[in-house]
Amino acid sequence: MRALVWIIEDTWEATVAEAAAFLPSDADVTLLHVASTEAETVAGAARRGLLGRHQPPRAAPALREISEQAAHELLAEAQTRLGRPARLEARRGRVEHVVVAAAAPMDILVLARDGDRERLGPRSLGPTARFVVDHAPCCVLLIWPDVAPALTTIPPPPAPGAPQPRPSAL
Amino acid sequence: MTNGLALALALVVLAATLGVAVARPPYLSEALAAVAGAVLLVTVGAIGLSEAADALRALGPTVGFLAAMLLIADGCRREGLFDAMGAVMARGSQGSPQRLLAFVFVIAAAITAVLSLDATIVLLTPVVFATAAQMRTSAKPHVYACAHLANSASLLLPVSNLTNLLAFHASKLSFLRFAALMVLPTLAAVGVEWVVFRRFFAVDLRRPRRAGTRPARPKLPRFAVAVLALTLAGFALSSVLGIQPVWFATAGAAAMTIPSLYRRAATPGQLARAAEPGFLIFVLGLGVIVQAASGNGLDTAVRAALPTGGSLPALLAIAALSAIFANLVNNLPATLMLVPVAAAAGPGPGPVLATLIGVNVGPNLTYVGSLATLLWRRVLHAEETDVELGEFLRLGALTVPAGLVAATVILWLALKA
Repeated sequence: MRALVWIIEDTWEATVAEAAAFLPSDADVTLLHVASTEAETVAGAARRGLLGRHQPPRAAPALREISEQAAHELLAEAQTRLGRPARLEARRGRVEHVVVAAAAPMDILVLARDGDRERLGPRSLGPTARFVVDHAPCCVLLIWPDVAPALTTIPPPPAPGAPQPRPSAL
Repeated sequence: MTNGLALALALVVLAATLGVAVARPPYLSEALAAVAGAVLLVTVGAIGLSEAADALRALGPTVGFLAAMLLIADGCRREGLFDAMGAVMARGSQGSPQRLLAFVFVIAAAITAVLSLDATIVLLTPVVFATAAQMRTSAKPHVYACAHLANSASLLLPVSNLTNLLAFHASKLSFLRFAALMVLPTLAAVGVEWVVFRRFFAVDLRRPRRAGTRPARPKLPRFAVAVLALTLAGFALSSVLGIQPVWFATAGAAAMTIPSLYRRAATPGQLARAAEPGFLIFVLGLGVIVQAASGNGLDTAVRAALPTGGSLPALLAIAALSAIFANLVNNLPATLMLVPVAAAAGPGPGPVLATLIGVNVGPNLTYVGSLATLLWRRVLHAEETDVELGEFLRLGALTVPAGLVAATVILWLALKA
């Protein structure tokens, strides 16, 4: 079984722990981190907006180096936590597109919810995970980054005669 | 040469100069383009030699002021002020993205106000990016905050933005009076950004964090902070002492650079580059080119478009028109064109300050400062990555109109007080 475990900064520990628990021991595991290039683009664009200024090269490392260094450190820690051999992949770009493309040759994709987990519903998936789940070319193991919610979080059915809730606009 | 022909030629030269500044061809610097354009306009008689000399003489102190402030900001970088700010943010935010955003807002607004928007964009943004990476949280809201606050917090002091420096003399305000009139509009503009950012990036900011190891206590560079504080105190006292603020900036730049030269922490070449001579020449050239356009009828057109007087509707219209203008061209030429007209549209400094609100807050509409820049870069395929433009523009559309109105209304109230 070829398994892709997509980790993000905030929830990687839970994702790796669940992957270790659920994936068979002979699974061929790839740990994937995708660095979004958006922040770098915004920073670069703001610099170019300073018309006429040719900033001299500074001692500080380029944003891309900072981002790549952080990704490598995260993947190394994740592999230690996984406790078994895995391929490490650090990629860059539009996160949701890169993840879906990387999942193409896989049998299963493991990812965590990235949305608002205090209000359970469609928004417990953020736009990125929503896209990945919708377009994943393999089956998906969607994990809770913290504790799975209890059954009591399901709202009770409306009392007879109560006004029907309006459908919420999304 | 007729006025119409001279105006057309000046506008073509202006467009070409801005085009070079946007496209940055390797064989032609924007400073050279601006100088060549200015020389061409003088040669063909679109602007008289004495008129061009007057424009340069008027801009000279401003450009000197700018050079001094660039040297002070570079000195602060050398002394480690920006790294210390990174440590303050990392330690103070205790792993929470929301707290990090609050720290970024306060620090980016303060750096912009004191050391100008260039310092925030060039020197602070990489530090913020590295801090977010180190905290393992999405850098996007925080980098956006730097980009936006570099514009919207740049209303506060005459030194916060080159546009303010260009308008400072025309506003006939003392340094302290300028700051007193602009402090509440600045807070209003920053407040609008805060409210919008908290909602816009709610998902990025809500992710719970576990407390990690506490980052080290930041070491503030005392020397740089002391020089900055004394320079600001000099600015504040300038009108009482009867000394122009530019001299305090010069003294601050000398205090920041001479010891570094002595300690060999910086070479004369590095310091010369830090003052960005190319940029200074570009501003001077642009000043002559815009003067050629203004003197041949552009000022009449601007005067016809710009409302006069200090009423609230007039100030709102001035701010809105300035914002649109800054987005169509860029806020530098927009300021050069608008401020002389706004200064005569008085009574009082209201129209000039409303113009500044427009040209400073307005560029957040299009993230690279102007629509022309944005479109050009798209045309030239200069973006390395495919990023959705929608998000940039949505954030601008949410913050800019509200920020303009809030800041202008409060300016109007401050002027009446």
